[in-house]
Amino acid sequence: MINTKDILETIEMIDNENLDVRTVTMGISLFDCACADIDKSCQKIYDKITTKAENLVKVCHEIEKEFGIPIINKRISVTPIALLVSASGGDPVKYALTLQKAADKTGVDFIGGYSALVQKGATPGDLALINSIPEALAQTENICSSVNLASTKAGINMDAVEKMGHIIKETAILTKDKNCIGAAKLVVFCNAPEDNPFMAGAFHGPGEGDSVINVGVSGPGVVRAALSKHKDADFSRLAEIIKTTAFKITKMGQLVALEASKRLNVPFGIVDLSLAPTPAIGDSVAHILEEMGLESCGAHGTTAALAILNDSVKKGGVMASGHVGGLSGAFIPVSEDAGMIDAVESGTLSIEKLEAMTSVCSVGLDMIVIPGDTPDDIISAIIADEAAIGMINSKTTAVRVIPAIGKSVGDSLHFGGLLGYAPVTKLNSASPLKFINRKGRIPAPLNSLKN
Amino acid sequence: MRAIITVVGHDTVGILSKVSTECAENNVNVMEVTQSILSDLFCMIMLVDVTNLKKPFGEFSDLLGELGEKENLNIRIMREDLFNSMHRI
Repeated sequence: MINTKDILETIEMIDNENLDVRTVTMGISLFDCACADIDKSCQKIYDKITTKAENLVKVCHEIEKEFGIPIINKRISVTPIALLVSASGGDPVKYALTLQKAADKTGVDFIGGYSALVQKGATPGDLALINSIPEALAQTENICSSVNLASTKAGINMDAVEKMGHIIKETAILTKDKNCIGAAKLVVFCNAPEDNPFMAGAFHGPGEGDSVINVGVSGPGVVRAALSKHKDADFSRLAEIIKTTAFKITKMGQLVALEASKRLNVPFGIVDLSLAPTPAIGDSVAHILEEMGLESCGAHGTTAALAILNDSVKKGGVMASGHVGGLSGAFIPVSEDAGMIDAVESGTLSIEKLEAMTSVCSVGLDMIVIPGDTPDDIISAIIADEAAIGMINSKTTAVRVIPAIGKSVGDSLHFGGLLGYAPVTKLNSASPLKFINRKGRIPAPLNSLKN
Repeated sequence: MRAIITVVGHDTVGILSKVSTECAENNVNVMEVTQSILSDLFCMIMLVDVTNLKKPFGEFSDLLGELGEKENLNIRIMREDLFNSMHRI
């Protein structure tokens, strides 16, 4: 029989260290739903999603029961809707409402893919979609939107960067009565992965098949607990402990992914090797960094600690899964991480440090609440900085900031649930307006002479 | 298909018998049992065969959970594949 210690260790991970599968996400291609008539297109989309994902929630519940592993979110990602808008024309918000109807019918937590890929340029369909984002997110509850506006191969589309500053602000304004929640469902990317199962950035890339099952694992609490048992370990041992733990977490994710794929008769895509925190105590990435020896997340040394964590999670996880993809690495969403919230509140974690951290972790500036009166050009400039880090370093970076309309430094926004809460973060108020208004494209970088 | 039943909590008279009865009534074959006391906590682990389980796995899992609540113990059943997957290369 299996070692008793291993059995009890697994139960301890689930009961006390918040081990879970963060999401089972079904990717669905909507290419075959594109029609010149937007209403027909919407009907086809509704029919396809509700047929393909009919049993997604039910199957996930069955797997949860049989394996005893909580599956926190059941989600769907779809072909970037801007591609369908290009074919159909019409008001893109109709697509958002159709996706909401499909989310209600299937019982999933979120549908992602109200998206546009404009890293090099935007078509009329892309622009129509981007312009409709504030309205679409205000009129729906469970729809997520993303815009990829830069890549290492294409450079940075600064027209899109400039536009997204306005769009993010407008999205927050239109949902100001709901804690500006719209902006929490909108993310901009550089080098967006096409198989990401995590929200708000999930979409089913144009290079994907008809449907696919992608799984995102979690487990910051498990990593922290493992490190807490080795207070004096040197860095080699530290990395080894994280790798071993990530291996176990990912094997569990791989098992759930294969089981869901078999039962739903949908091909397995990838496991996203992520450490995704929640606001729950004991489920924090910041607390892992503090367990490594930092007094507080944000202290000098945080970037190095995060680099060890991120790299070791990948090394441990990659051997545990047949196919790895998505964002894969440690997430640092401020409002969703109890340790990050504390660090921002105590003043040890600034936006500048968070930006530095994004150069070594899996995503970017995530779930950061900024003053409601932040000029749009400053939001654009934050995006430009983050996209530059991603473009030059050939990695995914993203920005999900929430302008807290009517609030300023000292206030906070409470989203509730997995999205948590966050204090308003102080920004540098010097104006980047002239820089942002230059528009055009920042050329793609040289990929040699790396210094 | 095999699964692992774990019973964790304070030792109570007849707990092995009660879990085994639940298994027998649902056509679940008990293949192996180990028990130990860890830091004052009673811990029993049963390897069972659920191939001929009479009801859906989820319902059987709920039954064991209810028995656990009644006895003030943490009783759960999880498929063996999970442990094999997580702890073996």
